[in-house]
Amino acid sequence: MRRTWPAHVTLIAGALVMLAPFVWQLIVSLQTLSDSLRVPPVLVPSWRWENFADVFKTVPLGRQFLNTVVVTVAITAGQLLLCSLAAFAFARLRFPGRGAIFMVFLAVLMVPQELFLLPRYEIMQGLGWLNTLQALIAPGLFGAFGTFLLRQFFLTLPTELDEAARLDGANPLQIYWHVMLPLVKPGLLALGLLSVMWSWSSLLWPLVVNTDPEQMTLAAGLASLRGQFQTNFPILFAGSIVASLPVIVLFVIMQRQLIAGIAFTGTKG
Amino acid sequence: MKSRERLWGYALIAPMALGLAVFYVWPIAQTLYLSFTESGVFGGQTWVGLDNYTALAADEEMTGALGNTLLYAALMLAGVPLSIVVAALLNVRGLRGLGFYRTIYFLPVVTMPAAVGLTWRYLYNGDFGPINQLLAAVGIDGPYWVADPDVAIYALALVGVWSSIGYNAVLFLAGLQGIPRHYYEAAEIDGAGRLRQFFRITLPLLTPTTFFVIVITMINALQVFDLVYLIFDLKSPALPGARTIVYFFFEQGFLKNQRGYAAAIAVVLLGLILVLTAIQFRLQKRWVHYA
Repeated sequence: MRRTWPAHVTLIAGALVMLAPFVWQLIVSLQTLSDSLRVPPVLVPSWRWENFADVFKTVPLGRQFLNTVVVTVAITAGQLLLCSLAAFAFARLRFPGRGAIFMVFLAVLMVPQELFLLPRYEIMQGLGWLNTLQALIAPGLFGAFGTFLLRQFFLTLPTELDEAARLDGANPLQIYWHVMLPLVKPGLLALGLLSVMWSWSSLLWPLVVNTDPEQMTLAAGLASLRGQFQTNFPILFAGSIVASLPVIVLFVIMQRQLIAGIAFTGTKG
Repeated sequence: MKSRERLWGYALIAPMALGLAVFYVWPIAQTLYLSFTESGVFGGQTWVGLDNYTALAADEEMTGALGNTLLYAALMLAGVPLSIVVAALLNVRGLRGLGFYRTIYFLPVVTMPAAVGLTWRYLYNGDFGPINQLLAAVGIDGPYWVADPDVAIYALALVGVWSSIGYNAVLFLAGLQGIPRHYYEAAEIDGAGRLRQFFRITLPLLTPTTFFVIVITMINALQVFDLVYLIFDLKSPALPGARTIVYFFFEQGFLKNQRGYAAAIAVVLLGLILVLTAIQFRLQKRWVHYA
C-alpha cells in the first residue's frame, strides 16, 4: 500500500494559496470601509450585509445581472444550434467544397479576437445597435471553435446509423435532430458549459460596444464600479461576488461535465 | 439523391458560414485595410500606406507594450510546470478527495476575470494590502506591486499563473490518465524508483499534452487584457510597465479613436502569434514524443 499523505500535504498547501484570495474577498465584502483599510488587517467580518444592498443601489446591478443572463442564454442557445447544424453537415454529409470551407473555419479559429473588434463596432454602429443587447449577442452566436468541437463528436458515430435512417426515408435534417443530436449530448453539454462560462465573463467586446450602464453586462459593470468606488473594496467585492457566484455555482454542480469537455479539447483538439 | 445531399449540406452550414463571414472573415479583411488608413477629422478613412506601421515601430508605448507582453508570456510559460506537479499529485494512485481538490484549484478559472482583477488589486495594495502586511510580518518591505512599473508585470503574471493552474492541471491530468499502467509496472519490476519513473516515463509520454498547453498558454498570454484593465487604473503610474499589446490596442482604438493605428496594432499581434506558434510547431519535432 502506497502512502498518499505527502501528496495530500502538498495539495492542501496549494489549495490554501488558491483559496486565500476568495476567503479574503468574502471577509472584506462584509466589512466596513474603515475596517477594510486597517493596518494590521482585520481578519473578521463586521457582518455589514448592507454592502450588498448598497452596490445594487448605486449601480444598476440588478439590471446588469439580467442583461448578462439574457446575453449568456441567447449566445449559448445560438451556439448549440448553429454549431451543431454545421458540425453535423461537415461530419456526416458529402458536398463539394466541404474540405475547403472547413479549412476557412479552422483558419478563423487561429485569429485573435482583436482583429474582429473594430469592424464589428462599425457594423453595430451602422445598424444603430450600439448600447443594445443584440450588439452583445449577435457576434457571439457564431463560433468556429464550437463547430470544430462538435464535429469531433459527430465523427465518432458509426455510419450505419445514417444509412439505416436514410433507408427509412429520413432526410438529413430529421437524421440530425432525431438520430444524431441525442447521441452527441456530452459534446453539447461541454460546449454549452464553456459557452456559458465565456459569455458570462467576457469583458473587452461588452466594454467597447455598450457604454450605457443600463445596457452593460456584469463584467463591464464591475469595471465601471471600479471607476466609481476606487478603493471602497467592501462595495467592490460585494459586486464581484454577486457577479461571479452564478458561474461558480454552476461549475460546482456540473463540474464533471465541464472538466470532461475541457479535457476533450486537450486530447482531440 | 446525391444532389439532394449537397443541397442539405450547404443549407445546414449556411447560417454558421454566413455569420462567420460577417463577424469574422470580413472583419479580418477590413482590419487589414484599416491598418493602411487614417481616420479623417470629419470621419472617413484616408489611405496612408505603411505610415501606421512605421509610426508603431518608432512608438515607445508600442515597443514597451511588446516587451511587457512577451515577458508576461514567458512568465506564464514558466508557471506551466506548477500545473504538471498539481496534476501528478492528483494522479497519485489511491488518492482520496480528487474531486474536492479539483474544485478548489479550478475555482479561479471559473471566476470572472474582472472580479479576479479587483480582488488582487486589493491584495496587492502597497499600504493596506494583505500581501505586504504578511511580508512586513516577516520583516520584508514589500514593493508597491501595482503602482511600480518595474514590478507591475510580475504582479500581473502571478495572478495569471494563479488563475490558470487549475485549467492546465485538468489538461495534464487527462494526459496522465492516458499513459498505460503497464509502463509503470514494467519500470517497477526493473527497480526504477518513483522519481525516476516520473522523469523517464511520465514526462516523455506527457509531451503531447505539454505541447498543447504551451501553445494555448502562449496564445492566451499574448492577448491578456481583462486583468490589466481591472488591476491597473487608466492613469496608473505603473502603466508603462503593465501595458500589454491588447491594452494598447484598446486605448488607441476605443479611447483615442485612432482606428487605423489600432488596426495596425492588431495586425502586428496577429503576426506575432502566427510566428511564435509556427516556431513552437517547428520546435516540437525535437522534444514531443507521439506514441
